[in-house]
Amino acid sequence: MAAQPLPLNPPRRRVAADPAAGLEPAIAAAVKAALDAHRDLPGALMPILHAVQDVLGYVPADAVPWIASDLNLTRAEVHGVISFYHHFRTHPPGRQVVQICRAEACQALGARALEAHAKQSLGIDFHETTADGAITLEAVYCLGNCGCGPSVLIGTDELHARVTPDAFDALMRKAREATA
Amino acid sequence: MSDALKIYVSRDATALALGADATAQAIAAEAARRGVAIELVRNGSRGMFWVEPLVEVATPAGRVAYGPVSATDVAALFDAGFGNGAAHALKLGLTEEIPYFKKQERLTFARVGLADPLSVADYVAHGGYAGLENALAMSGADIVAAVTESGLRGRGGAAFPTGIKWKTVLGVESAQKYIVCNADEGDSGTFSDRMLMEGDPLSLVEGMTIAGVAVGATQGYIYLRSEYPHAHRALKAAIANAYAAGWLGADVHGSGKRFDLEVRLGAGAYICGEETSLLDSLEGKRGQVRFKPPLPAIKGLFGQPTVINNVISLASVPIILAKGAAFYRDYGVGRSRGSLPIQLAGNLKHPGLVEKAFGVTLRELLYDYGGGSYSGRPIRAVQVGGPLGAYMPESQFNTVLDYEAFAAVGAMLGHGGVVAFDDSVDMLDQARYAMEFCAVESCGKCTPCRIGSTRGVEVIDRIRSGIERDKNLAVLNDLCNTMRFGSLCALGGLTPDPVVSALKHFSEDFAVRA
Repeated sequence: MAAQPLPLNPPRRRVAADPAAGLEPAIAAAVKAALDAHRDLPGALMPILHAVQDVLGYVPADAVPWIASDLNLTRAEVHGVISFYHHFRTHPPGRQVVQICRAEACQALGARALEAHAKQSLGIDFHETTADGAITLEAVYCLGNCGCGPSVLIGTDELHARVTPDAFDALMRKAREATA
Repeated sequence: MSDALKIYVSRDATALALGADATAQAIAAEAARRGVAIELVRNGSRGMFWVEPLVEVATPAGRVAYGPVSATDVAALFDAGFGNGAAHALKLGLTEEIPYFKKQERLTFARVGLADPLSVADYVAHGGYAGLENALAMSGADIVAAVTESGLRGRGGAAFPTGIKWKTVLGVESAQKYIVCNADEGDSGTFSDRMLMEGDPLSLVEGMTIAGVAVGATQGYIYLRSEYPHAHRALKAAIANAYAAGWLGADVHGSGKRFDLEVRLGAGAYICGEETSLLDSLEGKRGQVRFKPPLPAIKGLFGQPTVINNVISLASVPIILAKGAAFYRDYGVGRSRGSLPIQLAGNLKHPGLVEKAFGVTLRELLYDYGGGSYSGRPIRAVQVGGPLGAYMPESQFNTVLDYEAFAAVGAMLGHGGVVAFDDSVDMLDQARYAMEFCAVESCGKCTPCRIGSTRGVEVIDRIRSGIERDKNLAVLNDLCNTMRFGSLCALGGLTPDPVVSALKHFSEDFAVRA
């Protein structure tokens, strides 16, 4: 006699009928726009997370249940993807994100000293934000500017070459003024 | 505008980092102030980074280069009459006569720096799409045969014959196949993918289209690392322009064949340069390494047959189809055929991109091209092939660039990145960093890589502190063996290479410290 198939658990939906209920309007708008633009793509999760972070600067934990239910994934799966990739952050960054390359080609030109100087002069470690909320410092492993390091990326696309500690301080002053 | 002075200033990310935008703006402003008509072209970089921002002017004799030109130099260049190629302290002469450039064999990079990288018309005017036109008149099997006969091997680092991969995909029956470009160029010291995507993105688009036509794939994805915002913009614009000109879409150049192409961004995970991690990431998952078999060629993206190749591999295909397999194969040595875009990085006076046929020595690259160290101190160690490549001492500088010659000395040519260190380098620090990097970037799937890398950092710290040094050196060697033979992919498997080579060739840095 064939074994009886076990009854399947009914899907548990933790998301309210209105998935945006209780979310800050800015978060709700960013998530809705990201889902509407990308949900039909094959492998939609990464483009959706990028779109949310591009607007908000991070992927809020509150957004995860909605994204998961929309893509028919578990919250664990979405959280697992967010936590796997260095690029995605779960808390708002400072007004300017500054990435210092730690990789070998930049090391050969003084990146270790620059890294130490940056941490000391900003008073923070990697993945931290200055007390005034101006600057979040991140490590990055190669910006493709390996001939002219040490390399620093400010914001999304402002790349700097041959950054000495003095040049770094000047860049930070400019970044603070630009976002003050 | 035919009388307008044609001026070229690069839009390459390194040129921008050195101030190319400010230089270009100053040229436009100065020309307007003087009432000089100019046509300013933002081209790819010629690859000579020490003279960036490079300014080129078109003259009847050819393009004349000035560099490095900062915004404050611009007025003086106009005063000197640089539009006619006049003398000036920054004048470098005809661009293509500069020895660094003239001595290269530019096949894949033939067009980079020549014209507007986003213009389909410029691309075709410089020989672009000749390869695809030939391919459209050939059978899939003939295209694959041409790529196989060219001797092209995967330029991402593994050096697997490209034609064999394509043949496998061609031979599998499936309703949907994919072409995936691995543009997750995460190796430190490498930037040829980035330069090509910024400087001649349409050659990648063409190469992927040829691959699609060859194996019967209708959808392509470029998986680009998120650290490359300039390449991202260039690719998106180039793809849009290729669609508008009928070179992508439902009817590629009137052939009745479909090929669609899309760029997807990674999110800062080195491991996604490993092809199976990349495929999982493209599917929207954590980028964890898959067990092989099945090979991606049989069961790849979304479980379908997939060609997955590096940027340079795919961008080398158009010239092979345009000029024939024999043309490409005639360059090179041994089993390394064609040319390799080599990236000179780290502590070098003349960093940049040098495309040479295989067979040049490391020493020629470091001194004849690279000009020795940037700092002026002796070059002590060179790491070739990214963070998983061995550290090579001076005694190995005569090694010829050839996949087998590098393997024979326990090193790896990889993606062709050459990172030079002067004598201020501490090789114990470098060995420790290799383990630290592996710990940061491990996908976590297999234990030797996930745990071994962290233990490696700890053991090296104990050696540094002089705690049971000999015993810990034995432990480190043992750990490296476990990682090398027990890891699932090259990250855990090759991280021991920089560690063991540092120990072997620079053992003095592991001595007990005062």
